Amino acid sequence: MDWMALSDAEWTAVRLSLRVATVAMLGSLPLALLAAMVLARGRFWGKSILNGLVHMPLVLPPVVTGFVLLLLFGRRGPIGAFLAENFGIVFSFRWTGAALACAVMGFPLMVRSIRLSIEAVDRKLEDAAATLGAGPAWVFLTVTLPLILPGIIAGMILSFAKAMGEFGATITFVSNIPGETQTLSSAIYTFTQVPGGDAGALRLAVISVFISMGALMLSEVFAAFAAKRSVAA
Amino acid sequence: MSLEVEASHRIGAFTIDAAFTSDGSVTALFGRSGSGKTSLINIIAGLLRPDVGRIVLDGDVIADSRKQIFTPIHRRRFGYVFQEARLFPHLSVRRNLAYGRWFAGSQKSASEFGRIVEMLGIGHLLDRRPSTLSGGERQRVAVGRALLASPRLLLMDEPLAALDEARKAEILPYLERLRDETRIPIVYVSHSVAEVARLAERVIVIENGRVKASGDAAVILSQPAAVHAMDWREAGALLEGVVESHDSAHNLTAVRAGQCLVRVPQLFVPPGHSVRLHIAARDVMLATVRPEGISALNVFEGTVIDLSPDEKGSIDVRLQCGGNVILARITALSRDALQLAPGKSVHAIIKTVALDH
Repeated sequence: MDWMALSDAEWTAVRLSLRVATVAMLGSLPLALLAAMVLARGRFWGKSILNGLVHMPLVLPPVVTGFVLLLLFGRRGPIGAFLAENFGIVFSFRWTGAALACAVMGFPLMVRSIRLSIEAVDRKLEDAAATLGAGPAWVFLTVTLPLILPGIIAGMILSFAKAMGEFGATITFVSNIPGETQTLSSAIYTFTQVPGGDAGALRLAVISVFISMGALMLSEVFAAFAAKRSVAA
Repeated sequence: MSLEVEASHRIGAFTIDAAFTSDGSVTALFGRSGSGKTSLINIIAGLLRPDVGRIVLDGDVIADSRKQIFTPIHRRRFGYVFQEARLFPHLSVRRNLAYGRWFAGSQKSASEFGRIVEMLGIGHLLDRRPSTLSGGERQRVAVGRALLASPRLLLMDEPLAALDEARKAEILPYLERLRDETRIPIVYVSHSVAEVARLAERVIVIENGRVKASGDAAVILSQPAAVHAMDWREAGALLEGVVESHDSAHNLTAVRAGQCLVRVPQLFVPPGHSVRLHIAARDVMLATVRPEGISALNVFEGTVIDLSPDEKGSIDVRLQCGGNVILARITALSRDALQLAPGKSVHAIIKTVALDH
C-alpha cells in the first residue's frame, strides 16, 4: 500500500479542495436562496434576464467564466480593485479566488434545485400560518424554509460536487499555484503533464472518487431525513 | 359582538358586491357553490384585498379602503379553519396546535391548551404527524390550532365539505360545543342547510356575489330567497324549539316548537335546551282530513300561506302550523286533487325517522 501514501503536497491539494468547495457552497447559499426566491415568486420586468444571468455559467465555456472573473475580480478589475482597497479582500491568485470561481460555477445548480422546491410549496400553508399570527419573516422561517429543506440540501450537495470537480474557470482565474490555488483537479492535471506522474494522478483520482461518493451518500441521508419530516398532509 | 362587512371586488367576469352586519354568535354565509362565499370570507380574513371594502369588528376598524386602512392578515387575530385542514406537514400535531399560541403572546395557560384538546377529543393524537391522521381528525386539529391562537373571530370555510357523512356527524357535535362553550364569534361558510340550520344564529344568503337576504336563521331559511339558494333536494323549513322530554324506552325526544310537539329521534341534550330542527320539504306530506291509523308520529294542523309556481311537476307549499312555518313539497297533481289554495286548512304529516340528522 506504499504507493497509496500521499505526499505532503498531495495532502495540501486535498485539504485545499475540501476547503474551497465548502466555502464556495456555504458562501453562495444565502445568495442562491434569495435568487431562487425571487425567480420562483417574484413578478417583475427583466425576470427572464435575471434567469439568464444566473444560468450563464452553466452554458458558457468554463474558460470564459474564468476570464470574465479575471476581468471583474482581478486586481485591476472594477470589483476586485474596490474590494481590495476598501475591505482588503483579494481574489486573484488566492484560494479565495478558487472558491469564488467554484461558487459561480455551482450557483445555477444550487438556484435551480432550491427554486424547484420553492415552487412545490403549497402557498395555502403560508396563508394558514399568516392567519395564525405569523408575519412574513416568521412564515418563511417556520413554514417555507423547513418545507424546502430537501431542495436546499440537494442544491448544496450539487454545488459542493461541482466545486470539487471545477477546473477550467479556476485555473483561468487563479492559475495553478501549489499550496494556494492548486486544487485536487489541478493537481491531477499537473501530474498528468509530467513524466512518471501517473501514480500520483491515480492516488488523487481515488481520493476524488471517495470524496464524491461520500458527499452523495451523505446527501441521500439528509434528503431522506428531510423528506420524512415533510410528508404532505 | 358586532361585525360589519362591506366589500366590492372584481375577479375576472365575477363581481362581488356585498354588505352585511351581524351580531350573532354564529353567522352563516349561505349559498350555492360559486356564489362568492369563499371570496367574501377571504376578504374578511385579509387573504383577498377587495377593490373597495370596509370591515369593522366591535367598533374596531380592521380595514377601510377609503381611509387606506388595511390590517395585515397576521395582525387581525382572525382564526381561519379552511376546507382542507392545511396542517403543517413538518410539525407534529402538538406543535401544529402550539403554532399560533406562540404568536398570540401565549398568555393562555397550559390549562387552556388542555381544555381545548379535551373539547375536541384530540388528546391521543398529539405526538402524531398530520399525514397519519384521518380527514375528521385533521379537521379537529385545525379547529384546535385556530382556537389556540386566541382569535377575536373564527372564520370557517366549509370545514366539513371535504368529509364524508360519517365524519361530518363526528365533527358537528364538536362545533356545537365550540359555539356553546367559547365566546368567540364565528363566521361559517356553508352550502349545506343541515349544517347552517344546526349551527347558525344569523344567516346571510349569498347569490352571485350579492346578499339576497339576511337575518335570524329560522326566519331566513324558510324564505323563498334562501330556499332558492339551497340544494333543491335539501330545501325545507327551520323550527326553533325546546327539548321537553325524552322517551328513552323508544329512543325518542319530544321538542316543543310553538304549539307543535315534534317527536324526533333521541337527542343527547337535557330538557330545556333549545334546538333547531330542519325539516326538508320533501319529507312533509299533506292531508285535507286528519289521517287515522298512520305510523307517522307528527301530524300538525295548519293553514296554507302560499304555494310556489310549478317546477318540474312539483310545488312547495308554505304552511302556518301552531306558530311555525313548515314547507311541504308535493306534486302539482296533488295540489289540484286536494284543491289547495292560500287559507285552506290542512294537516302536515312528518315521519320521525326522516328527522334524523
